[in-house]
Amino acid sequence: MKPIIRDITAHQLRTDLPDFRAGDTVRVHAKVVEGGRERVQVFEGVVIKRQHGGISETFTVRKISYGVGVERTFPLHSPRIEKIEVVKYGKVRRAKLYYLRNLRGKAARIKERQPKTTETS
Amino acid sequence: MARKGILGRKLGMTQIFDASGEVVPVTVIEAGPCVVLQKKDVATDGYEAIQLGYLDKKEHRANKPEKGHTAKADTAPKKFIREIRGVDLDRYEVGQLVTVDVFQPGEKVDVTGTSKGKGTQGAIKRHNQARGPMAHGSGYHRGIGSRGSINPNRIFKGVPGPGRMGNERVTMQNLTVVQVIPEKNLLLVKGAVPGPRDGFVVVRSAIKAQAPKEA
Repeated sequence: MKPIIRDITAHQLRTDLPDFRAGDTVRVHAKVVEGGRERVQVFEGVVIKRQHGGISETFTVRKISYGVGVERTFPLHSPRIEKIEVVKYGKVRRAKLYYLRNLRGKAARIKERQPKTTETS
Repeated sequence: MARKGILGRKLGMTQIFDASGEVVPVTVIEAGPCVVLQKKDVATDGYEAIQLGYLDKKEHRANKPEKGHTAKADTAPKKFIREIRGVDLDRYEVGQLVTVDVFQPGEKVDVTGTSKGKGTQGAIKRHNQARGPMAHGSGYHRGIGSRGSINPNRIFKGVPGPGRMGNERVTMQNLTVVQVIPEKNLLLVKGAVPGPRDGFVVVRSAIKAQAPKEA
């Protein structure tokens, strides 16, 4: 990528979001427009991947809703994300947790990790 | 309506968030500043156009006719020279600079470039032909389809087949200008544009554009 392209998107990058990685449990407050009215929807679950870099970076959150697995991918730098709260830090040994899709209940638990520095959660 | 045009270079693609927070895929084009090298009119040339030049060429790479031609507009020889037709001739003078701010966000443009060369390719990739069954012993996988009637005992010209693909002039029509950054001579258009990074492109007002509803 040319530096000049990075510069164009630089001002749209968000710096107010907490650090989190795959395995962490997050609560995403996303703005949704419904019938011309805007409201905030909360989506809580385990981060199973983060992809790409720069302005195109996305992350995918997985939760079990009424017994059905639901995954939602958000653009990380989207202005539609009001805030992200890290509920729990998880210790995992890979970057993409696709194996969680085949696991249920107790087997799908993730060990907790102590964040290294004092992060804002 | 008089058309507008400018020459530039494709820098690459990225995405930006629009006012409603929606992701918009954009191509970044470095457009201009271009110099008007010549004005062509009906009396002397039989048609109306302006000739634009973009990006200076090294002095020793230009030949004498090129130097003489650009000297009339009082500039250095140019790497990329194209004509823009359908413009309002009165608004341009030889030697005048044309910059990106001729375009405003929301305008529709056509972008012309040279597509990436793909080399020799089969009829499936090159002409979107369908492939045969891969299994059940068909023995016919990615071959060319029908070559036409057997009656004339020859193949008519222009029947699709394998061959060189890409590296040809391609125009993408009706792309929306998303953002104009005059300080850096940048133009952001929605969607993809033909050619490799650093490939030369011509940006013109869209020929099929409808007049905007508000205006």
